[in-house]
Amino acid sequence: MSFVVEMLRIRKEFPGIVANDDITLQVKQGEIHALLGENGAGKSTLMSILFGLYQPDGGEIRIRGKQVEISNPNVANDLGIGMVHQHFKLVHNFTITENIILGIEPKRGLVVDKKAASAKIRELSEKYGLNVDPDAKIEDVSVGMQQRVEILKMLYRNADVLIFDEPTSVLTPQEIQELMKIMRNLIAEGKSIILITHKLKEIKAIADRCTVIRRGRLIGTVDVAETSEARMAEMMVGREVNFQVVKAPAKPGKVVLAVENLSVLNNRKVLGLKDFSLEVRAGEIVGVAGVDGNGQVELVEAITGMRRAESGKIMLNGKDITEASVRSRIKAGIAHIPEDRHKHGLILDYSMEDNIALKVYDEPPYSSRGLLNRNEIRRYAQTVIEEFDVRSGQGAISVARSLSGGNQQKAIVGRELAQNPELLIAVQPTRGLDVGAIEYIHRRLVEQRDKGKAVLLVSLELDEILSVSDRIAVINNGELVGIVQADETDENEIGLMMAGVKRGDIR
Amino acid sequence: MKMELNKEYVLALIAVVLGLLAGAILMMLTGNNPLQGYYFLIRGGLMSIERVGNTLATATPLIFTGLAVAFAFRTGLFNIGAAGQMLAGGLCATAIGLSFAWPKVILLPTAVLGALIAGALWGFVPGYLKSRFNVHEVVSSIMMNWIAYWTVYYVVPGYFKGPYLETESRKITEAASLKVAWLTKMFSGSYINLGFFLAVLAVIVIAFILNKTTLGYELKAVGFNRHAAEYAGIRSNRNIVISMMISGALAGLGGAAFYIGYASNIQIGVMPSQGFDGIAVSLLGANSPWGVFFAAVFFGLLHSGKGFMNAMTNIPPEIADSIIATIIYFAATSILIERCWDRLKKYLRGAK
Repeated sequence: MSFVVEMLRIRKEFPGIVANDDITLQVKQGEIHALLGENGAGKSTLMSILFGLYQPDGGEIRIRGKQVEISNPNVANDLGIGMVHQHFKLVHNFTITENIILGIEPKRGLVVDKKAASAKIRELSEKYGLNVDPDAKIEDVSVGMQQRVEILKMLYRNADVLIFDEPTSVLTPQEIQELMKIMRNLIAEGKSIILITHKLKEIKAIADRCTVIRRGRLIGTVDVAETSEARMAEMMVGREVNFQVVKAPAKPGKVVLAVENLSVLNNRKVLGLKDFSLEVRAGEIVGVAGVDGNGQVELVEAITGMRRAESGKIMLNGKDITEASVRSRIKAGIAHIPEDRHKHGLILDYSMEDNIALKVYDEPPYSSRGLLNRNEIRRYAQTVIEEFDVRSGQGAISVARSLSGGNQQKAIVGRELAQNPELLIAVQPTRGLDVGAIEYIHRRLVEQRDKGKAVLLVSLELDEILSVSDRIAVINNGELVGIVQADETDENEIGLMMAGVKRGDIR
Repeated sequence: MKMELNKEYVLALIAVVLGLLAGAILMMLTGNNPLQGYYFLIRGGLMSIERVGNTLATATPLIFTGLAVAFAFRTGLFNIGAAGQMLAGGLCATAIGLSFAWPKVILLPTAVLGALIAGALWGFVPGYLKSRFNVHEVVSSIMMNWIAYWTVYYVVPGYFKGPYLETESRKITEAASLKVAWLTKMFSGSYINLGFFLAVLAVIVIAFILNKTTLGYELKAVGFNRHAAEYAGIRSNRNIVISMMISGALAGLGGAAFYIGYASNIQIGVMPSQGFDGIAVSLLGANSPWGVFFAAVFFGLLHSGKGFMNAMTNIPPEIADSIIATIIYFAATSILIERCWDRLKKYLRGAK
């Protein structure tokens, strides 16, 4: 059997960390090879080495049996390696053709020969079933289409090893199905695919073989058909995992949060959230499902006060808080686990105790008359650290930056829950965490609900929404598509709604 | 935390040593003995009680401007307008000193307070523009520098003209001066003045604000991560204005220390170099109040010793400025030094 890509005993060190330690990855001609690992396991580093962005400190790379040195992405291109990035690199007001030929424009005399390029793209699109209109502008096409443009870019450059970096994170379930079909077409035409992911279901559905890495080390390469999801999860995490969220039926009480006809501008100064209404009751978890960038950010920031409402009302426990400041909303009982823990959740250069005090430092006993009371702050931080099992080198005085992602997230969750909030807004609370930490945080969310508090869960992971929420609000293009009971729906229905297909509101 | 603080001091020290080495090479290239040069440079700054006093007096405005830059920097702001804030403060202090014939116990504090307020006002404008209209503080504070410069140019000849020269103000009276007889006598006739004690006090107050108060907590939070600060309900716009005002007030006090302490009148057409040297002081002092203090005293030593070095050897006084420039260079590229350091450690560990 011939290998098209061989990365042998690759080692890569960064200051203070070994990102790849003796990793071997061998991809056969014409297979879909999954690269599985948790965030921070070293997947991206390994692929960056293959794509020429980093130089390995040890080991060798062979392409079609020949040893090569990939000193930059152009070399990778010449070797027929292409990468579909997680975040697309497209010029929005260019047409699809213009985007694809960018950098390698075919010329006829002094002018760019767009017609020839467009014809070639059409031909490629048909051959692989991509269904792309070469003359459409990027800003007018869907995210799924944009991804196909990225794929076409690679095909146009004659790539025959394609690296897909977490390709499904921005897609609806239906789009994922389509992508899988495209991937099968690519294989049928003799291409090889490396699929970077941490979603087991997708690996099971499409991959032939799977290489698992954990903390920079190679755990093993398995045949997907002969391996169960549970086994792969175990390899990824290093122990057995429990996927099921255990919870009793919800007992919803009074309305805690009421959002009425809320409209909010997004960063581009157009309405990102339109006439949106939603209620969250005490003792229930309401999930907000939707594809990334469909108004979730605007909704959350409007409720927490970080973004102004254009029109509409936000009520907390019957009180209008539409115009209230961020701080007064915090004091009124809104806790917020933010989506981006490094941007919003933590001050990375502050110690853990200062971070844990972030929302209480201005009230007694943590400060009085403008002076901080360090002893009280430390005592408070230590109780939170203990209760939420935040592990760090020096406890309360460790710098937040030095903690692992999972422990940073636990600290944020701890800080927010320690306030004993009326309403907890959790946005992507388990993003990038290992399976163990995910279990833990889900349990905490349910616990909060069972204490009679309201929980609003915003997530891009459909599995998470389905297993944790009691009711699910589906959002598309800034509008509420509908609200469904979590136990009366399935992935398929939610997926259709995420794409904007309306359905009777069965509240 | 402690470990990292030590690391910053070590890096600053390495920068100083490298700067001195570079100075030594320059001295050798110009055909002089560097050991002799440094001997006279340091002697020039420290050989007598008077010279020690002069070193501290030279360092005083630098402590203020260094603190000003460092303080703004902790809130994520680059106050490049310390020179203008110094001028505004100095002009205000001089004007008060020349306009009233009050006893010293009233006049001097009023003049100092005036300098503080004028500096704060000069810092407020860029702070407000930044928070309200997102005008970058570097641009607006440079403009404020020139507004101060031309204000002095207009006000001094118009209202406080000296007896002989159009280009400088009258001398302030003893009652309005930070120089006091007992201190001058104690340091055998040196320039040292009460400004130095004000500077030490400012270092202590700023260290206190940054480390012990909720205000300092908020300001640093905004400086480290504005998004997270806003998420936690800290009003970063308000903090930006406060930070720029405190920073400006510090530079304004530096103006008082310079124009009614070190000097005794204000000249037109001079942008005080201490305003910009403050950036270097802050950089070398790793933006910490006590770091700023020692960096300023060190620069003061180089400044006040260079004349003596020049008198005793053939080494041009500009060498001292080159040393300062080199130190700044190494302090600014401390990342590089750090990386070399790490590599060296790794190499040594490998060799074992």
